[in-house]
Amino acid sequence: MTAGLLFDLMMALAVLGTAAWTLAARTQFAAVIGFVATGLLLSLVWVRLGAVDVALTEAAIGAGATGVIILYVVARLRGGTAEISAATPSRAQRALAALLAVAVGGVLALAVLNLPDPAPSLAEAALAGSAPLGLGNPVSAVLMAHRGLDTLLESVVLVFAVLAVWSMAADHRWGGAPGPVFRREESGPLSLLARVLPPVGIVVGIYIAWVGADAPGGKFQGGTILAAMWILPWIAGLARPPSITDWRLRLMIAAGPLTFLCVGLAGFAVADGFLSYPPSFAKPLILLIEAAMTLSVAAALACLIAGPPERRLPPESMAADRR
Amino acid sequence: MSGTDILALAACGLVAIGLYGVVAQAEVLRKIIAFNLLGAGVFLLFGVVARRGAAAGLAADPVPQAMVITGLVVAFAATALALVLTLRLHQITGAATVAEDPPSGAAPDPASEP
Amino acid sequence: MSVVIGIFSAVCVLAGAFFFLAGTVGLIRFPDTLSRVHALTKADNLGLGLIVLGLLPLASGAGVALKLVLIWALVLVGGATAAQLIGAAAAKDER
Repeated sequence: MTAGLLFDLMMALAVLGTAAWTLAARTQFAAVIGFVATGLLLSLVWVRLGAVDVALTEAAIGAGATGVIILYVVARLRGGTAEISAATPSRAQRALAALLAVAVGGVLALAVLNLPDPAPSLAEAALAGSAPLGLGNPVSAVLMAHRGLDTLLESVVLVFAVLAVWSMAADHRWGGAPGPVFRREESGPLSLLARVLPPVGIVVGIYIAWVGADAPGGKFQGGTILAAMWILPWIAGLARPPSITDWRLRLMIAAGPLTFLCVGLAGFAVADGFLSYPPSFAKPLILLIEAAMTLSVAAALACLIAGPPERRLPPESMAADRR
Repeated sequence: MSGTDILALAACGLVAIGLYGVVAQAEVLRKIIAFNLLGAGVFLLFGVVARRGAAAGLAADPVPQAMVITGLVVAFAATALALVLTLRLHQITGAATVAEDPPSGAAPDPASEP
Repeated sequence: MSVVIGIFSAVCVLAGAFFFLAGTVGLIRFPDTLSRVHALTKADNLGLGLIVLGLLPLASGAGVALKLVLIWALVLVGGATAAQLIGAAAAKDER
């Protein structure tokens, strides 16, 4: 017990230390590294809290994917030091901000330490509800059935986020392929990794999504790995992203929410309402949604990482546009 | 004091650090990073509540866990959008902050070349 | 028999943890990028390998054991690539 307590204390200090270091870091690049380190430590904390599903998501999306997109922007932002120092709040303002932060943190701490004991819990209800669905992982059962509406809306949020990112493109770039062009690496470590890893990584990604029904894992964790397996050959210059007007790409991004919505609407006809599943057929329907969602999460995350179209259109498609 | 309480305090600390970073830093990019730290602290509070609600043989209450998974994905989408907006602002005005007066020597928009 | 396996596992995991410690000390103490990367990858690959080796006898089945070895293999590939890329970038900076 004391060993566990000591470990928790060390983890808490490490998380707070790296977070503070992230703010204090002199360069933006260092700040991102600090942020990713904080995220990875946080996923260990999630394991300590008994939430392995969340730990996987935090490591994949919270630390990994978020870190990648921030790094990608850091490499392209060139802020003048004069502008930044002129805009930095004065010492007094920062002291006030620190006061505010300490006050909010302190009140939160008081509230958390005085939570009711024993804590209210929906664990039993969730467990009782997940057995008839044939799902061994109660977190997946909550995501797919008990709070299915949340997950449906979230999947739509991803589609809207992709639309919003694409719409940041300059007008004449609309229809181009997203993101910058990377130099094709014929040899070297990155090229080797981009050729060797994806076959394994795709299997691992699908496995993580599949195993989510009964063990920690699921569509978001698996989808992130699949997205990474596409990003890798792209960064190595071996693969090119499709044009954002390509209907196959758009279908991939929309397939998950559409499947989810259709199954949800079918619930009116074959079960007792929106997003409810007929008891005898629940598991196949949930697996269908999960499969479509895995594909869509992978495509949407890859598009969010790649960013808005930045290339000029290739000549033949320009001609096709003018026609 | 249990291990969960210690992690709860860490979550509160993370919220405080993130809040300070959002308010006291000038660069938009650093604000976004700090905002993510703040969000991580809030998610961790959910985790503490889930852990305290451990029952029925589960290590933690699955309902807050599912909400955090949803939240993490939405936070990523929001961060991606914020970063693209930051980049576009930088491309158009040359600014890395949202101060009142943009720098005089604004960089030309690389996207507006013919 | 189980005592022997327990001791074997404990020794392997402890040895792995020692390599992680050594790698971390190297990362903090070594003066330049290349030697830091060297300390990190050598120690981490070996350290994780020893930890996986120590956990193998405790795995509940062949599938779990296979997954443990796969994790190690993936970390090896990822770590080696990252080390090469960082090393190349550091060498480019020096030139």
